Amino acid sequence: MAGTHVKTTINGDSVEYVCEADETLLDVLRNRLALTGAKEGCGTGDCGACSVTVDGRLVCSCLVLGVEAEGRNVATIEGLAQGEHLHPLQRKFLEHAALQCGICTPGFLVAAKALLEKNPDPSEHEIRFWLAGNLCRCTGYDKIVRAVQDAAAEMRGGRHAA
Amino acid sequence: MHNFDYHRPTSLADAAKRLSGEAKLVAGGMTLIPTLKQRLAQPSSLVDLGGIAELRGIKPEGGGLTIGAMTTHAEVAHSAEVKKTIPALAVLAEGIGDPQVRNRGTIGGSISNNDPAADYPAGLVALGATVITDKRRIAADDFFKGMFETALQDGEIVTAVSFPRPDKAAYMKFPNPASRYAMVGVFVARTGGGIRVAVTGAGPGVFRATEMEKALAGNFSADAIKSVKIPAAGLNSDMHGSAEYRAHLVNVMARRAVTACS
Repeated sequence: MAGTHVKTTINGDSVEYVCEADETLLDVLRNRLALTGAKEGCGTGDCGACSVTVDGRLVCSCLVLGVEAEGRNVATIEGLAQGEHLHPLQRKFLEHAALQCGICTPGFLVAAKALLEKNPDPSEHEIRFWLAGNLCRCTGYDKIVRAVQDAAAEMRGGRHAA
Repeated sequence: MHNFDYHRPTSLADAAKRLSGEAKLVAGGMTLIPTLKQRLAQPSSLVDLGGIAELRGIKPEGGGLTIGAMTTHAEVAHSAEVKKTIPALAVLAEGIGDPQVRNRGTIGGSISNNDPAADYPAGLVALGATVITDKRRIAADDFFKGMFETALQDGEIVTAVSFPRPDKAAYMKFPNPASRYAMVGVFVARTGGGIRVAVTGAGPGVFRATEMEKALAGNFSADAIKSVKIPAAGLNSDMHGSAEYRAHLVNVMARRAVTACS
């Protein structure tokens, strides 16, 4: 049960790490790579606070093994802002106060970004369907949905390259 | 999790060789990884099927479809081939869990786990599908054996599922609002071989509602099954709903599915 050497790409950077088979991708991100944006809420794939994308597909990193990231392209919340410039979704979450305690927010942002990449003009129903894997126990979702709609409108307007 | 050895073979033969002792197969891991975390399973090694290219993909075959075991729910839901040949199956896949689950969970993993509230078992049984393993072909009717049990033997690996094309089919489920697992799901299929009605979520495993099938054979309409009662005895009863409530839901979902088929 020696550690496994993994080569992967995270937010565009080549990354190598050694991990044990029983470490999840979330464990590796948080404990080995100091990328603590993805949160462990439930650890069983219900809450979505640990959402990242792997090869462009939204997943719960708590249910992916660290060794499975070999050769993949992982994107986390840390890759959303460009330096000092927040992603439109991040700005709109602030403007609409679409968060309270903030634990679920990184997961929602990653999930919403994955949605808008597939569908730049989602209806409210589509947003709620797509974000069904992310739980928020504070806001009641309305503000989150409005923030995503507003960000989508801005991004369609082409004023921000995201 | 207890630690384990991890193997990612690139061929079925290699995977089969690794399956000795306390080894376990992992497909999408949507059930197995939480189970490992709860220490309800403590395998000595995990054999990951994710590196075996031949287990992925959807192809037309004999008028129907063959879906590789490692094909994800999202791939089935968005496949033009599935939408064209068996649209009800795409609808079923799109209703499983949430996007994170659909991007990882696989058809082979779902049917091998055989959760009593899983959606796919109803689709396989109603459509008269065949489960293909590395050793044999098993009719869906013979594959599912009750709660979390299947006809699979130790070391046997599901490689694909073959679906004949139905004339019409529809799946309707009443999802648990939190998990989206089926409180009750009913898949109705009209095929050359007759009408089949399969129920998931209601009992300890998928079952056919044969009284409904008989009633529908004479008159394929929602009214024909309105008075067909499903006995509540033996159905699931939990915090989400009583056995009587589930029995009632079977009739409601079946009528909706028949209406959607007409």
